[in-house]
Amino acid sequence: MSTEMKNTEDKLILGGHEFTSRFILGSGKFSLELVKACIEEAGAQIVTLALRRANQGGLANILDYVPKDVTLLPNTSGARNAEEAVRIARLSRELGCGDFVKIEVIHDSKYLLPDNYETIKATEILAKEGFVVMPYMYPDLNAARDLVNAGAACVMPLGSPIGSNKGICTKEFIQILIDEIDLPIIVDAGIGRPSQACEAMEMGAAAVMANTAIATAGDVRVMAEAFKKAIEAGRSAYLSGMGRTLERGASASSPLTGFLHD
Amino acid sequence: MITVNGENRELEKPVTVTEYVQQCNYVPAQVVVELNEEIIKREIWGETLLKDGDVVEILQFMGGGSR
Repeated sequence: MSTEMKNTEDKLILGGHEFTSRFILGSGKFSLELVKACIEEAGAQIVTLALRRANQGGLANILDYVPKDVTLLPNTSGARNAEEAVRIARLSRELGCGDFVKIEVIHDSKYLLPDNYETIKATEILAKEGFVVMPYMYPDLNAARDLVNAGAACVMPLGSPIGSNKGICTKEFIQILIDEIDLPIIVDAGIGRPSQACEAMEMGAAAVMANTAIATAGDVRVMAEAFKKAIEAGRSAYLSGMGRTLERGASASSPLTGFLHD
Repeated sequence: MITVNGENRELEKPVTVTEYVQQCNYVPAQVVVELNEEIIKREIWGETLLKDGDVVEILQFMGGGSR
């Protein structure tokens, strides 16, 4: 596939919207100026936001720093159950960010693991209200199937605990989702290095979301770009198809010479 | 007295949501208002009066997620 063909045809489709970038950026742990620079270096077209109390007027707002052509993806962070997630989603939509919502339902403050059951409940309610629902979940094939049936636009399984930078600890179970679920699988949480983002894309993930890996990097802008390149590399490799692995022995890349000996 | 974002606030006189948002120096397009657990659409801020005992949440987007 030529580069041009790949760019125009290989699109990420979520809720009927098309994206050419497969890198979703989380906005936490950045200063406002840096978040704008990172979105640009990352080439991100989707950025997550949290909904919180506006305790003081007259201060700078993140909406002034996110480029206008970027899709806002409010998350339901803070929600401990489906009801709270639904409330946050409705409030976010009223703020005027469009119809996307990322469901995060977490009541475990030690590991920040999502509650799949409450996530499925929230997905069903919000999908019926016309939201493009992107649920963050613990990789479980049964839960993923329930999310499909509930009307999710994709499934976002975690690689390892949020903010841990530990990589794709759940690799085998994410691969199962990629192989069995007919929705975009977006690996989210725990990706700590560009190589891990590349690995997720090589596996066939539709996209990768990262936040801490970039926000805690030495040079945040350089890391954002490194992730962008890694995700593109992984996607190209996946589309190409990997070469086969030899379990035993080797296979020379050129024929053994005949002129040195018989 | 009303409660705004969990804090008690005295109201000198009844105000509309529009007036209150303005007084607090919020940018209307950047906040959403919930009054007694109901979302108040921006179109009716001007005709919604805040009265004694009301519980108000004024919310905005910020960077971040669960962490």
